[in-house]
Amino acid sequence: MKYVDEFRDPAGVATLCSAIRRATTRPHTLMEICGGQTHAIIRHGLDQLLPPELRLIHGPGCPVCVTPLELVDAAIAIAQQPGVVFCTFGDMLRVPGSALDLFGARARGADVRMVFGPLDAVRLAAELPERQVVFFAVGFETTAPATALAVRAAHASGLDNFTMLVSHVRVPPAIDALLSAPDNRVAGFLAAGHVCAVMGYHEYRPLAAHHRVPIVVTGFEPIDILQGVLACIEQLEAGRAEVENRYARAVTDAGNEAAQALLAEVFAVCDRSWRGIGEIPGSGLALRAPYDRHDALQRFPIARVRAAEPAECISGLVLRGAATPHECPAFGVRCTPERPLGAPMVSSEGACAAYHRYRRSDHG
Amino acid sequence: MAEPIVPSPSCPVPLRDQGRVLLAHGGGGRLMHELLESVFFAALRGSATAPAHDSSVHALPGGARIAFTTDSYVVHPRRFPGGDIGSLAVHGTVNDLAMSGARPLWLSAGFVLEEGLEIAELREHVQSMRDAAAAAGVAIVTGDTKVVERGKGDGLYVNTAGIGLVPDGVTIAPDRIRAGDAVLVSGDLGRHGIAILAVREGLAFETTIESDSAAVHGLVATLLDAGIRVHCLRDLTRGGLASASNELAAASGLAIELVEGSIPIAEPVRAACELLGLDPLYVACEGRFAAFVHPADAERAVALLRADPLGAGAAQIGHVAADGPARVTLHSRLGSTRVVDMLSGEQLPRIC
Repeated sequence: MKYVDEFRDPAGVATLCSAIRRATTRPHTLMEICGGQTHAIIRHGLDQLLPPELRLIHGPGCPVCVTPLELVDAAIAIAQQPGVVFCTFGDMLRVPGSALDLFGARARGADVRMVFGPLDAVRLAAELPERQVVFFAVGFETTAPATALAVRAAHASGLDNFTMLVSHVRVPPAIDALLSAPDNRVAGFLAAGHVCAVMGYHEYRPLAAHHRVPIVVTGFEPIDILQGVLACIEQLEAGRAEVENRYARAVTDAGNEAAQALLAEVFAVCDRSWRGIGEIPGSGLALRAPYDRHDALQRFPIARVRAAEPAECISGLVLRGAATPHECPAFGVRCTPERPLGAPMVSSEGACAAYHRYRRSDHG
Repeated sequence: MAEPIVPSPSCPVPLRDQGRVLLAHGGGGRLMHELLESVFFAALRGSATAPAHDSSVHALPGGARIAFTTDSYVVHPRRFPGGDIGSLAVHGTVNDLAMSGARPLWLSAGFVLEEGLEIAELREHVQSMRDAAAAAGVAIVTGDTKVVERGKGDGLYVNTAGIGLVPDGVTIAPDRIRAGDAVLVSGDLGRHGIAILAVREGLAFETTIESDSAAVHGLVATLLDAGIRVHCLRDLTRGGLASASNELAAASGLAIELVEGSIPIAEPVRAACELLGLDPLYVACEGRFAAFVHPADAERAVALLRADPLGAGAAQIGHVAADGPARVTLHSRLGSTRVVDMLSGEQLPRIC
């Protein structure tokens, strides 16, 4: 398959792995931010091919996983309001709220629909003028422009029956928060290529300089990921801490400026709570005027009860890279994809789901 | 600059069992097996202890053995490239019988019609059943029709049950799988699931992907007639190769090892899966099966399958290991290994 096979080429992978082995003289801990990269690493078993001195730990880059419980509960409460058509992406339907997930709400009569993009929800709002169509917008900067386009389209068409529950999050404040944590072990970052395709990578330079860590913009196929790892190791071994682009076929320094302008028009930066991590200042996006009239939380006044999240699930540690899924006593026993304790076991980008799906123990 | 994060590992409250049937219960994955075990087998299995198979085999007075099976068809859309709900309802049940090595003989057909269904469309599906049955050499010998109010069904649901005769000396079942057995597939994977998805979601690919829906009892007979020591067969329907091999690993208590590079997947199916974020190992087929055969017969079995156009894509894709836990492992092209798990819920709803 063109544009895929060349980035999964076994000979290329072997060459990169030996280059990484040659470059590595001492232990290093790297974090890949993005859950898509986590899945690629575990699915292709890339960590099995790396020298034992290298440790890859998995970051909080799964937007479904970090959506706070209270927002999931709000989504379910809104979906259960009379007259509401509630739309979101497939992964979000199975994320456990306090008592139910959205699939459970659907089985109890709520009109919950899976869509492939936010514009599908806008289309539904136009087709169903007597209904309130709500879109649950989840994702990093990668998907935020599509959300922004959708709300702008709905606004321009006067679709007052279209609202969205916005849970978009931003990567750079999360990297900053992880590096500022007292127990941080991460010496180098693989930044998520698709986020950078939209945002560029200029935002990462102050972070690399302040925390003295290399940050390498990295893609998603085995060759891409290993190139990112190699660049990170070469910097660490040479004592450098720079921002480097190893996904140049998709990413430029400036990023997609039209998309950035759109984000600035539709969204304002806000503080955001991350599930399992806590509040990270400046890490969220909220609708700004005049688009805030399409804010579902304003349209549907829901009692916002702070739900308790008791202690067995260690998703907070997993999402910060402080523990691997295998280190959780509930993993695979009391927490499975069928009965998840935490969102990382649900999402197609969640670290626990990746480990559960592709390996069962440290030995594969 | 952010405040340092105070470690506060937290987790959501465990979901209580939600007490309702979810769509995922129909997906052929682990949730469906839980439902089968906790509701159906608990009440209905009786004293039977044999591992679940695509059809069950029963001895008649006098020594003949019959295979018996039933399946319901709710596919949406009802017409798709390469078939329709009528042909699918014949192929699916014929194949379930063939997985016991049986020669399919008789089918029943039950129809649940929704008020408002066009008679012309119904006629088309019934004719398609007739043609598929004639081609497969089975007779549809009894049937039933019910009509439900508009809104209480989705146009047309079909149930078929089937009876076949198991040849003397043939015993094909999960508990016959042995360490060392070769694992074969009868053709490339995933065409049916992708064909359905493409129609349902209005996805246009450069080439139209046709469903692989077909009756495979002829291929099975070819293997048996040639004296291939066939230990087990499994239809690769809902949940695809991954779910089927997981079921058989569990039923046999043996480890199954697959080799990624040898698993046949047509280029358009691979591309569609890549685009849609699906794993082809989990995508359904309706005319493909896995065969567990004696290792000494493997090469000959592949050649026999390939000699038939229906089995042109057949290949050996792995083997049953001599030791190790009862699970499925995949050796990747890159030299790493990973577990192939059973699907949890559904990857695609209502494909059959």
